Amino acid sequence: MSANIPDQTGGPRESISRQPTFIEKHSNTVFGWATYLFAWLTVLLVLYIVCVIGIQAAPAIRDYGWGFITGTTWDVNAHQYGVLPEIWGTMYSSLLALVIGALFGVAVAIFLSEHFLSSFVFSVGKLFGVQFHPLWAKLPDNFERILKNLIELLAAIPSVVYGLWGIFFVIPLIRPVCDWLNSNLGWIPIFNTTLSGPGMLPASIVLAIMILPTVSAISLNALLAVPPKLREASYGLGATQWETILAILVPTASKGIFGAIILAFGRALGETMALAMLVGNANVISWSLFSPANTLAALLANNFPEAGPKEVGVLMFAALILLGITLFVNMVGAFILQKASEPQEGVR
Amino acid sequence: MRFRVGLLLGLFATVIAVGTAFAAENSDVNGNFVRLTGAGATFPAPLYSKWFKDYHALHHNVQVDYQSIGSGSGIKNFLNKTVDFGASDAAMTPEEIAKVDVGAQLLPMTAGSIVLSYNFKGVPELKLSREAYSGIFLGKIKKWNDPMITKANPGVKLPDSPIHVVVRADGSGTSFVFTKHLSAISPEWAKNPGFGTMPNWPVGTRSKGNEGVTASITTTPGAIGYLEYGYAKGQNLPMVELENKAGKFIKPTNESAQAALAAVELPENLIAWLPDPQGERSYPIVTYTWLLCYKQYSDPKKAEALKSVIEYGLTVGQKSSEQLGYVPLPQNVVSKVRAALNNIQAK
Repeated sequence: MSANIPDQTGGPRESISRQPTFIEKHSNTVFGWATYLFAWLTVLLVLYIVCVIGIQAAPAIRDYGWGFITGTTWDVNAHQYGVLPEIWGTMYSSLLALVIGALFGVAVAIFLSEHFLSSFVFSVGKLFGVQFHPLWAKLPDNFERILKNLIELLAAIPSVVYGLWGIFFVIPLIRPVCDWLNSNLGWIPIFNTTLSGPGMLPASIVLAIMILPTVSAISLNALLAVPPKLREASYGLGATQWETILAILVPTASKGIFGAIILAFGRALGETMALAMLVGNANVISWSLFSPANTLAALLANNFPEAGPKEVGVLMFAALILLGITLFVNMVGAFILQKASEPQEGVR
Repeated sequence: MRFRVGLLLGLFATVIAVGTAFAAENSDVNGNFVRLTGAGATFPAPLYSKWFKDYHALHHNVQVDYQSIGSGSGIKNFLNKTVDFGASDAAMTPEEIAKVDVGAQLLPMTAGSIVLSYNFKGVPELKLSREAYSGIFLGKIKKWNDPMITKANPGVKLPDSPIHVVVRADGSGTSFVFTKHLSAISPEWAKNPGFGTMPNWPVGTRSKGNEGVTASITTTPGAIGYLEYGYAKGQNLPMVELENKAGKFIKPTNESAQAALAAVELPENLIAWLPDPQGERSYPIVTYTWLLCYKQYSDPKKAEALKSVIEYGLTVGQKSSEQLGYVPLPQNVVSKVRAALNNIQAK
């Protein structure tokens, strides 16, 4: 066999072992250094971004200081800038979206991880006495896979498409409900204005749909990672499926679910285009779900193209605040995550 | 299989043949190929794109790329000299012009009117007096059956429903022109919020871009907002008849806009504002939109091409402006702009 292979070096082949080549000898070290380098480059990039924004924002920080955060008017003509309505709108819309998105996202994750579909197909088959027919043995699995992919596909839809869909579909759809709520339950602060097209509620609904894939995909993985013995033990003790899910599975997977929610919150805070189209962009602080509002990201998107040299600094200041909020949320999330997961360790 | 390979080979050969033919053609014109880049106002963008495309079809060796990124960005890029020409609805301020060391020549290329559009079933015509529409945008008039509105519309049944004001969220030349007009007709508006590409609107939801405003108006019953005439016409939106300086209610049409343009004499620098034009038949909110050119270009070919493109826009181009909802320039303006073209020279 070896005679057929032309020898590259031309010399006689004496042994299959040989000295490691230069590349082989040093590739380990180089690889190690490369990962080190790239990891630090990423960190440096973040620092660089913060630095650039900070430097550009510096004049605005000097001029406006805390007044910028507590001010409520944004008037280019009068050189008055304040982002309190935007901070409020960013937090309010993100939290609303998170409540809706987390509810649906976790529900989807439970549905897919519990294989509800197979028991449904089984019981339907049983009605006709054909529950063991091989024809639909794979049906629930396939359907679940399609469902999972469809939900993940939601993440691939461009933001601007969500915005258009919100304007032409969601707003007309919710308008009758909103008008009814406003005229009948208008004394409740969250319903006390009329919906005039773009506003907080349509923005939050669309935002919830946008963060749904993040919540459901990570929660699903967390739920699937729960050891089967826990579920079996729970059933063995006489718990129903419902009790098992809420008392055993979800708490055990809570760390992952919580992580998913924090990630989704981060995305909701920074979402720009769809919100710029749907939130109404008015500097209003209101509890009402139907009132137009504004968010930091939308403010930046709307103002940058036509911003004068002085306004750019102010916008950079707003960007810095958005960065700060995102960082703060992630840190608080990580902290709560750590605290919340401690008592759960024993369960595993 | 054999057949397929043959087909593939054939296709391949064709592609190569066509490719070389194209390459040959390109190398032919490569000697005097000129590429001009411009950026700025979104308002005249559809018209400019049409001009530049049509011009390229006639003169293969000149290609003009225009990015509609907004008047403010257009001026910024023009000042930074990252483009060959800019475009702006808000012209340029004297300070900005002073910053251009080679000199800036502003050329009005077309004009447009800004219309108020509304969403009301069964109200095909609506008239608004100056007090009424400035009051609506100031947030003082809140209901559609306000006496200010009903007074000018006898016989029209207006409901007791809230007025949903829609304004532009992004900074824009359209807002600039509209608020400049409001400042001219209402002292209260002039004091606060005043005019600008992004004024601090007292009321209303804010939508992004002309298309955003259009969407908000069409989906919200009882909405009113301002738009460029071309957009409103293209979308078949109902347009409000506005009261002009002479106290007449004027429909936004080409004739009424041209009447307004005729009422103003263009000064030497070709920057004229018509915040409140005179004349019985003038539509009240009309504006020019400008191309920003340098007075000196280092590349003579670029200067030549640019002048030729502008000449095209002034002659043949004016015919397409009406179709697209713009106001063709009056003849005396065209001759003034043509005279100003001589100020653009190669170094």
